[in-house]
Amino acid sequence: MAERSFTSEVGKLRLAAGEEFRGEGILAVTKALLQSGVSYVAGYQGAPISHLMDVLTDANDILRELGIRFEHSASEATAAATLAASVNYPLRGAVTFKSPVGTNVASDAIANLSSGGVTGGALIIVGEDYGEGSSIMQERSHAFAMKSQVWLLDPRPNLPSIVRAVEQGFELSEASRTPVMLELRIRACHVHGSFTASDNRRADFTLKDAIEHPRRDTERIALPPSTYLHEQEKVNQRWPAAVRFIRERGLNEFFAEDAQDFGIVLQGGLYNGVLRTLELLQVADPFGHSRVPLYVLNVTYPLVDEEFTRFCAGKRAILIVEEGQPDFIEQAVHAALRRADVQTKVHGKDFLPKAGEYTGGLLLQGIARFLQQVAPALIEGRALPAGALPAVPAVPAAAGLKTIAIQDATAQVHGRPPSFCTGCPERPIFTAIKLVERELGPHHISCDIGCHLFSILPPFNIGATTMGYGLGWAGAAAFNTPETGRRTLSIMGDGGFWHNGLTSGVGNAVFNQTDNVLLVVDNGYSAATGGQDLLSSKADSPIRSTKHPIEKAVRGVGVEWVRTVDHTYSLERMRDVLREALTTKAKGPKVIVASSECMLNKQRRVRPLVKKAIGEGRRVVRERFGVDPDTCTGDHSCIRLSGCPSLTIRPNPDPLRRDPVAAVVDSCVGCGLCGEAAHAAVLCPSFYRAEIVNNPTRWDHFAQRVRSAVIGWLQGRIARRLEGLAA
Amino acid sequence: MTQPRAITIALLAMGGEGGGVLSEWLVDLAEHHGYLVQATSVPGVAQRTGATVYYLELFPRAAVPADARPVLALSPVPGEVDVVIASELMEAGRALQRGLVSSERTTFIVSTHRVYSMTERTAMGDGRVDAPKLLDGARAAAARLVAADFAAIAEQAAGPIAPALFGALAASGALPFERAQFEEAIRRGGVGVQASLKAFAAGHAAALAPEALPPDAVPPVRLGPRLAALDERIGAGFPLHVQDTLRHGVLRLADFQDVPYAAAYLDLLQPLRDTGDVLTETARHLALWMTYEDAIRVADLKTRRSRFDRVAGEVKLTDGQLLHINEFMHPRVEEIADILPAGLGRWLLATGWARGALGRFTRSGRIVRTSSLRGFLLLYAIAALRPLRPRSLRFGVEQERIRTWLAGIQRLAGSQPALALELARSQRLVKGYGDTHARGWRNFQRLLGELPRLEGDEAGARRLSELARAALADESGQALEHMLASA
Repeated sequence: MAERSFTSEVGKLRLAAGEEFRGEGILAVTKALLQSGVSYVAGYQGAPISHLMDVLTDANDILRELGIRFEHSASEATAAATLAASVNYPLRGAVTFKSPVGTNVASDAIANLSSGGVTGGALIIVGEDYGEGSSIMQERSHAFAMKSQVWLLDPRPNLPSIVRAVEQGFELSEASRTPVMLELRIRACHVHGSFTASDNRRADFTLKDAIEHPRRDTERIALPPSTYLHEQEKVNQRWPAAVRFIRERGLNEFFAEDAQDFGIVLQGGLYNGVLRTLELLQVADPFGHSRVPLYVLNVTYPLVDEEFTRFCAGKRAILIVEEGQPDFIEQAVHAALRRADVQTKVHGKDFLPKAGEYTGGLLLQGIARFLQQVAPALIEGRALPAGALPAVPAVPAAAGLKTIAIQDATAQVHGRPPSFCTGCPERPIFTAIKLVERELGPHHISCDIGCHLFSILPPFNIGATTMGYGLGWAGAAAFNTPETGRRTLSIMGDGGFWHNGLTSGVGNAVFNQTDNVLLVVDNGYSAATGGQDLLSSKADSPIRSTKHPIEKAVRGVGVEWVRTVDHTYSLERMRDVLREALTTKAKGPKVIVASSECMLNKQRRVRPLVKKAIGEGRRVVRERFGVDPDTCTGDHSCIRLSGCPSLTIRPNPDPLRRDPVAAVVDSCVGCGLCGEAAHAAVLCPSFYRAEIVNNPTRWDHFAQRVRSAVIGWLQGRIARRLEGLAA
Repeated sequence: MTQPRAITIALLAMGGEGGGVLSEWLVDLAEHHGYLVQATSVPGVAQRTGATVYYLELFPRAAVPADARPVLALSPVPGEVDVVIASELMEAGRALQRGLVSSERTTFIVSTHRVYSMTERTAMGDGRVDAPKLLDGARAAAARLVAADFAAIAEQAAGPIAPALFGALAASGALPFERAQFEEAIRRGGVGVQASLKAFAAGHAAALAPEALPPDAVPPVRLGPRLAALDERIGAGFPLHVQDTLRHGVLRLADFQDVPYAAAYLDLLQPLRDTGDVLTETARHLALWMTYEDAIRVADLKTRRSRFDRVAGEVKLTDGQLLHINEFMHPRVEEIADILPAGLGRWLLATGWARGALGRFTRSGRIVRTSSLRGFLLLYAIAALRPLRPRSLRFGVEQERIRTWLAGIQRLAGSQPALALELARSQRLVKGYGDTHARGWRNFQRLLGELPRLEGDEAGARRLSELARAALADESGQALEHMLASA
């Protein structure tokens, strides 16, 4: 069950020719795939392309009508390998994943695919998680396109351009017998806009046709001697074919090409940002009419040398706006112009930052400086927008009170790194690790990718490295020596486990006779990517096979010491199992499966049921936690052991105390960790668990009356003792 | 040059605050009333409590020539944003940090409530940032500031914060739409409409209301007839600036033990009556120390009617519902010995077999249901030991510690008032229960141990306050060790 339901979006996938589609960029891509007559789609979820996967999951009926096979791939490698269907058959197919992490995983399959080439159009849609707010290492997918010679599309970030890129991508792939990568930046994936839809198309040649009439061609297989031929074919046939297609079909765009004796070359994805800059500098209008020549690369690989020499003809200088590093395009343009003996000066990273996302302010500063240098007359006498001036480094001597007030305010700002959700069942696992470390001292902890990686941040501060999805245990492989009895602890999520951790981590540890410990965090979903189902999910799925326990898989590859904790909120259980794993005399790999349902998904599942039960008059008990402010002394140990968003602080109501008290806010879902932590760590008696009984029974009422009579009388006595102290 | 341009809106919110919903309402509102709209966001891990910026551009359809389409930006340009909405006060600071707020054109809508950052929450004392500074900065930066505690306003209206902010936006007049048009967008959204409309109305009203003044720092208090004599003594025998603190103090002591105990509190402070700030701070900390948290105190506080009512209010108990309260208690042998008569308590702690026998029952924590007869009677019985408290082990220990601390303050108050003040304040290290209390006491003793070296030293007071801060910097005590070693 995914984080969001896309039932209303699914309707948009049925829009017919001429109707207006309104919605997110990534949904427009989904519609464009159906319009392009694909036969199969596969992928591995992850921001920012999760929605593509989630929509298709909810749209299974439409896919079936169109004869499209949709797979949740086990990994990005699986997804990319799925494109093998297009090698021998005229089948259009698309795969999708987050990049560059997913592209890293998929690169083996992509290399094999691009070596032999394709018959049907093969599209790799990558969600480029680059820039501010990204959760992954910052690299460029561009390098993969170059090394495997896959063509790279980077369309202008508006829905019509994106949809056109999908359709043209398939054609380009077929015309050049090469897979095509469509790169979408994160903001483009989430951009809300509109385009005019076409009808969905059912492929003429179907999967059934292929299965019933198999074909093969040894020349398309990456095996000597074909591999050597492939390399020649890539540069001598496929590349020129691609360049021809790009030129003839006008995939790249020119605007106001001859308006000035200088110009700007930009990646398509940066078009809107550059245009806004030119608008602010008053050399363009809001409708894209620029007075500065623009060459927009909707295809960023391969570059078309002829187009560059044409654009540079008669120009003194160009500015290349290329986000990220290394500056592959800038380097290639230098070489191409040199070869063609064109003397146009090439600027790029000398005006714009070498690395990092090109946000509005940075583009404005860089382009304003470029114009000031090459064509000062163009913007002369105009007041530059405030954002075009570089940021003031410190309080200037003559700073006004306002400036000081603003700087004082910004000095108060803390980062807000992501953290575990309210009631997350993973949090107690890390609390337990902290408690065990109090007893046994610190251990080397190897982390993985997934929600549980937030444990490296405060308040847990756990973990030394993370090497990739599913590579948690592999990341500790070297720490395997008889010279110490001390063990290392590795962590892996259920997502990473099924992605590759079962073989690269568990199988590897068994085979290499490790004595260390792996903790698998099993929350029943691929939670970090939006709550998709996995092999080990507990939920029934109409289109996938679930309920395959991780413990069984682990035992299957030869681990003998396995413990499953099926209620991670029990802190003492969790702590005891960890202590046992780290200290037991038993040799060999040790695996703990810590299994509790993702609370975000659970709440989504359970909340409507509870509401319904209360509405129907059934007895329902809701639990939530609280802190008594008069016994809380404001040390916040509880927060340091929990980090729950619902466990926060508030001003101390006690007039004599200054430190804020701990407080549980209304979002509490009653998971119980704060109480458990208070117990296990002997913290303080301030925590209480309130049970709110909805629709109490007659017996409830009777018992309550009896209790109230006695308790009320005694409370009256307490009140009398205190009478007359306060006015 | 007056070419048309997009209306630009940035919305800074945290995961789960409904920033996405607010953004969708805005898209719908503008699209319905003649605008082309582009909206983007970078959700990703921000859903997990991180901070997110939603960015929208609205372009009037009427200004678009035939066969043209406006090119709208995907990220804000500093200084070029018409409306900035910050769903929380530190997020408002973040908007300033990003340079989004311009004094020429930005209407800045800020909810002044705080959602504390992890750093603020995990501090061992008070790690909160300076909220008034954030608000002053917001006021200085914006063309127009609309600030109110929209979280509280939404809560009073029993709705989420997003519609309250939407209401404030409608009231600000920054967008060319009528109130009814905003409300229509909420209705078309179709989810939780009634609750949202209520919160919208409340937010709208709050944005138009004058700004509320911050409350006084030290609330005055009036004493009842049983403390009238002490009240008189405070009025006659102590300077004005400390009287409110003393009134709070005697009230607390009488509540904790009895009226004579409160009188003893004033006796202890008498010698410091002319020491200014030293008196005020000592009075505050002495009251806290003398009302230390033992099992009797905890049981007493937990069983009161006012406490039952407070919990009912906190969980928003409604008429048809019943409430049970369960306490998480983990008394160890030490806490039990604390409330026994001194001799018996010492014997228990020193006698291996007795300690072991009792220890078996205290190894794991207990959950006591105070709302049940059994649980309530248990706690009531413990609270009833209060008259015996002055003879308990802990009482004797604390009085002895207090005497030493007070003697130190008194000795320094004349010659080194700054150091005396810091000594009074360092009592804040001793707090909490169990391990936490033991750690605090250890740190406090380390500081006292340093005192002889600090006396004579001009910078002694500053040094002592730095040491106290270091003791509160981390649980492991590393910062304090480091600072002590660096002397």
